[in-house]
Amino acid sequence: MTALSPTFPWAKDAKDDYRACPVTTLKVDMHTERLIIANAVMAVVCLTLGGIAALLIALTRWQAIHLLDATWFYRLLTLHGIDMLVAWIVFFEMAGLHFGSTVLLNARHAAPKLAWLGFILMTVGGLMANFVVLFDTSSIVTFTAYVPMKAHPLFYLSYILFAVGALIAVITFFVNIVVAKREARFEGSMPLVVFGLMTAAILATYTLLQGAAAIVPAFFWSLGLMDLDPGIYRNFFWGFGHPAQQVNLAAMVAIWYALAQMTVGIRPLNEKFSRLAFILYLFFINLGSAHHLLVDPGLSFGWKAVNTSYAMYLAVLGSMMHAFSIPAAMEVALRAKGFRKGLFGWLRNGPWNEPGFGALVTSMILFGWVGGVTGVTIGTEQINMLAHNTLRLPGHFHATVVGGTTTAFMGFTYYVIPLIFRKELKLKKWAVWQPYVFGFGTLLVSLGMITSGLQGVSRRNWDISFAGVVPGTVDLTLAIFGIGALIAVTGGIMYITVVLTSILTGPRLEASNMLLVAGTNNPLLESTQLTDHQLEDKQNQPRGTLVLVFAFLVWFAVYYLTNWWLLGRTWFIR
Amino acid sequence: MLAPERTWWKPMGRLEKTWLTVALVWCIFLTIMMPLWYFMGKQNVPTETYRTTPQQYAATVNDFVAKYQVGEENGIPIVAAPPGSDVYLRASAWQWYPILQLEKGKQYRLHVSSMDFAHGFSLQPVNINLEVLPGYDYVATITPTTTGEFTIVCNEYCFLGHHTMVGKIIVE
Repeated sequence: MTALSPTFPWAKDAKDDYRACPVTTLKVDMHTERLIIANAVMAVVCLTLGGIAALLIALTRWQAIHLLDATWFYRLLTLHGIDMLVAWIVFFEMAGLHFGSTVLLNARHAAPKLAWLGFILMTVGGLMANFVVLFDTSSIVTFTAYVPMKAHPLFYLSYILFAVGALIAVITFFVNIVVAKREARFEGSMPLVVFGLMTAAILATYTLLQGAAAIVPAFFWSLGLMDLDPGIYRNFFWGFGHPAQQVNLAAMVAIWYALAQMTVGIRPLNEKFSRLAFILYLFFINLGSAHHLLVDPGLSFGWKAVNTSYAMYLAVLGSMMHAFSIPAAMEVALRAKGFRKGLFGWLRNGPWNEPGFGALVTSMILFGWVGGVTGVTIGTEQINMLAHNTLRLPGHFHATVVGGTTTAFMGFTYYVIPLIFRKELKLKKWAVWQPYVFGFGTLLVSLGMITSGLQGVSRRNWDISFAGVVPGTVDLTLAIFGIGALIAVTGGIMYITVVLTSILTGPRLEASNMLLVAGTNNPLLESTQLTDHQLEDKQNQPRGTLVLVFAFLVWFAVYYLTNWWLLGRTWFIR
Repeated sequence: MLAPERTWWKPMGRLEKTWLTVALVWCIFLTIMMPLWYFMGKQNVPTETYRTTPQQYAATVNDFVAKYQVGEENGIPIVAAPPGSDVYLRASAWQWYPILQLEKGKQYRLHVSSMDFAHGFSLQPVNINLEVLPGYDYVATITPTTTGEFTIVCNEYCFLGHHTMVGKIIVE
């Protein structure tokens, strides 16, 4: 069997501190291993904090229960946004960047001290933000702390510390790649997964600099040292806030490719196709900041239309390309194994009891079919008037960031435990069910939010019954959201239990298997044996995937056009 | 996860080309819909905006209320200006001021601005949502097409009393 590492088994080279991974045949730098563990632990801590907040705020918006008082609701809403959307995801991404820039390239970590500095700053910033929001009432400003609503200066400072820390960690990613190339640790082009992570890292650099342009002035403004314009601040804030989600997107797609290779043994069908899709993200996705400003005063139609459409929906095109290329590669790999019956025989025979596969499929469906379609629709200039600041917004991004990114990251964690933590994965049954439970809960959360938002229910609102206009069906849709939240939180608890049980109990153990549950074979290494001949075989062509993506397009068109129809029924406005 | 072979710049397969073409056509359609609706549609996002200050805007609103007030509800004036004229709405934590009375099928220039934080103008159950910022006088040219009492909910978080910020528009 071909090894992933071209030089495996390599001669032990005294300069580096690394171990050989018997499963993947890759070099694992020991600095990287410790950095991954530290970042992953902080990510799970933040996920736990944000998850507790999620449960409590969902039980408050579920009108029949209405658990918290107004102040605690807004406080925990602020906390939930920071811990989930920023801390959990960014800590996990930093672990991913350290992994991608060293292990996948058979390289060493070239700047571990810098990386630790970044980690410490992120940790201090993240904990400080939690602390300030919990103990300072004036800092209950929600995640989008728009000027001129003034939080405590420490609130802005905590963002700055976290962002500087993240920026430092991102810089070490680039340093590692340059050093790996110079030391000839890998031959030719970098692997596709690293290419995807690099896209995320480039977007992150831009995002964090843009964040500095927004938050640093806000910090000085909160100290009374300068003035800020509320409209312009919103532009700068979203120059940071929206691209931050695109970092998640690029990182998630990279993880998708990784999970598909680890669980099904894919070989990307066409590297050019997949890489072009990442390049489209790189060039066009940041224009999406305009999504948040579509009904703001002072902006022209032309500016909004060009930006909100990513020039010409070219970033959407990138996602639609991945939406084909990943399942297509899975189809080809499974067909090559002999699952050739009909259009979907390959899919039926996928390793559904393998946590990484379950997480991958759940993540792709929720991200594309729910998150992507609703996102493009509400990001349409005129349609945004129906959706701005209603629950449709969180309905959209819970499908992308929770259903998509978080599910994928959770699935990936199960492999990090044996391969990096070097602990046996415990509670395997739980791990098998977890992506489905979590995904189903998140689906209900999103649908409940979207259908409530369609009826005009506003987001970030403790009690909508004040408005006195809420139709009775809202009670139903908010209950769906609440029940979904209970199920999703159950999935979250399953994840945290599996992770903690695995890393806290049992001896340190060298991994022996790629697959956790579904078998003893090693799809990762099998992927190296897929020949061009197999990829080109007529029997192995991804016809089923083509049917799936066309079905997706029909659903996309129906949802999109229905929204234009809804818009046409409302008051005339110009 | 594997470094590709040296030359990976290869022509796309037939199915890849098919999907790429279809997806690109769809993206072009999405792009065209916005300008098409801009010229043909009756619901477009207002763009008319003027710089103002909270003091200046508050004075304008007071003049407007003094001129056209027709009633009062819970201490908030009800104001009915003639069709075609400028009507003013003031957002502040946590109140919409005044109550506007409009006629169905008639056009109005609705001004809205904030005295303090960012607020959200969310007209329910019509479901029209606009951002309201201090320092910006945002003008929406609107024509009500239904009658009844409509609620203005604030849907941009404006600190702890946010959910109590509810106003009204009456259409006859």
